[in-house]
Amino acid sequence: MDQVVSTDRSRSVEEEHRRAGWGKKLAPYILSLPAGVWLILLFVVPLGVMMIQSLETCSPATGLCVMTWHWGELPSQVSLYRQQFFTSLAFGAAATLIDLIISFPIAYWIAFHGGRRKNFFLIMLLVPFFVSFIIRTIVWEFILSNNGIVLTFLRNQHLIPSGFHVLGTSYAVVAGLAYNYLPFTALPLYVAIERIDRRVLDAAYDLYANRRAAFLRVILPLTIPGIFAAFLLTFIPAFGDYLNQEILGGTSNTMIGTVIQDSFLVNLDYAGGASLSVVLLAVSLVGIWLYARLLGSRAIEEYL
Amino acid sequence: MTDQATADKSATKSTRRVPRRRSRLGRWVLPTYSWLVIAYLVFPIVIMIVYSFNKVTTGLQLVSFTWNGFTSLWYRQWSNVPGLTSAFWLSIRLALVATFIATVLGTLLAVALVRYRSNKFRGKVIVEQVLFLNIAAPEIVLGASLLGLFVTFNVARGFVTLVLAHVMFSIAYVTVTVRARLSGFDRSLEEAAYDLGANPLTTFRLVTLPLIMPGVLAGALMAFALSIDDFVTSNFISGSSVPFPVWVYGATRVGIPPQVFVFGTAIFAVGIGFALLSIVLSRRQSP
Repeated sequence: MDQVVSTDRSRSVEEEHRRAGWGKKLAPYILSLPAGVWLILLFVVPLGVMMIQSLETCSPATGLCVMTWHWGELPSQVSLYRQQFFTSLAFGAAATLIDLIISFPIAYWIAFHGGRRKNFFLIMLLVPFFVSFIIRTIVWEFILSNNGIVLTFLRNQHLIPSGFHVLGTSYAVVAGLAYNYLPFTALPLYVAIERIDRRVLDAAYDLYANRRAAFLRVILPLTIPGIFAAFLLTFIPAFGDYLNQEILGGTSNTMIGTVIQDSFLVNLDYAGGASLSVVLLAVSLVGIWLYARLLGSRAIEEYL
Repeated sequence: MTDQATADKSATKSTRRVPRRRSRLGRWVLPTYSWLVIAYLVFPIVIMIVYSFNKVTTGLQLVSFTWNGFTSLWYRQWSNVPGLTSAFWLSIRLALVATFIATVLGTLLAVALVRYRSNKFRGKVIVEQVLFLNIAAPEIVLGASLLGLFVTFNVARGFVTLVLAHVMFSIAYVTVTVRARLSGFDRSLEEAAYDLGANPLTTFRLVTLPLIMPGVLAGALMAFALSIDDFVTSNFISGSSVPFPVWVYGATRVGIPPQVFVFGTAIFAVGIGFALLSIVLSRRQSP
């Protein structure tokens, strides 16, 4: 009796193992199937459709597109909107540079001197994200407007001439971009500085480094991946952003995002819009590719 | 300490060994600077909250740049702008649905990525690259390409396309967040459950899920925040159903009703409340 039960059990265990073996083999695919299908159908396929669409010719009246293998669309769109591309590059780069300069010291301070209040300070860095992006930008329009508190105050102190204005200028757009994307810069920098092994720093001091040398030759080189990640995570969205420009800028400093949006939503020129999007994607891909090449594609996730 | 410092000062530079760790820079300049940056980050939010109490003197109920006096009228009449209120509730519904789907799909994907190496999980590298690209690509490209897809296949734009899009851009963030918490996961606890006769599903429900719950919740919060604040993608594909940020964007052309700032203040209060709560909870968990 005992014997029978034990063999019975061992057989069922064996069978379970075999079934588990199959399950185990398929498990990663089953687990990643729903998300994978979602991302293929709504992220990868649309990018492919966009590339195909950039070769079509669309009727501006109806928005209907026919495939014409029109390879000239891309270069002609680029030369048509060269100005807007340069504006976007310049604004994105300026805002990213300002953000790097503003946020390095605070990231350094939180990482090294934050103490027990580190989490509190990190939330303070993230605080703009608790207000809608669009509302944040509108509030900056308020602040920078001619009747807003800053200019009114400065005018009353006779620090600026009466005709002075900020809204509509490139400075206003860069200021808005810098404000809106500052957390994207500060957090990766914080992660990178936080991760520095303090013993390496101690070793530098033991080897007679002064503060300046320790900073330039230990801290800065060790944060370079973080600086690169911060640059990408700030520059790419700032480059493609158009809300700041539309709300804070004028008619002379239009960015490429506005052109793409208008092509799709106003002019129904899907081919033109798709061509410009392909170029925008390509510019970003160069940065992403460089990053992945130098530091690995998983590395950037550590800074999110 | 003081002796050491004086000794350091009197010594020549080459023989100085340990510099004073906290210079004037660390004690005064950096903290002052950091608080100034924080003030700069908080400043527009304060302005938003203050202006949500601003009186309107003109006939049209639109916010003005000048301060006209205090009123709590807009909080009492928070639902007086029908388009704004329905846009707000649409955004909430959208964020809830998208967060639920993205959290489930993203968590499953994170489990697959943490558990299985690329020899057991072929295509893992490609999945990782797609996630990376999804996070790094400019949002306007995602929105524009989705509109192109929906136009090409003649899909009517509305709530469903919004859900499809919001889940799409949230999955990668959920996966990355959950994966970060999963990597320190103790597998022996699951093996113990198996040894005690639990099947894989029971083990997942009773052992794995409770352990990774903080990570899953963090991912869900992230997805919710991304969804409720999304403007760029939604503006491309919203069609007839207009979410809150798209409605506000449309209003910037004619003027903004003060209720926009009331909703902004409410969203801010709820968000910051959750954030502070999570700090308190994490302190309690790891004393």
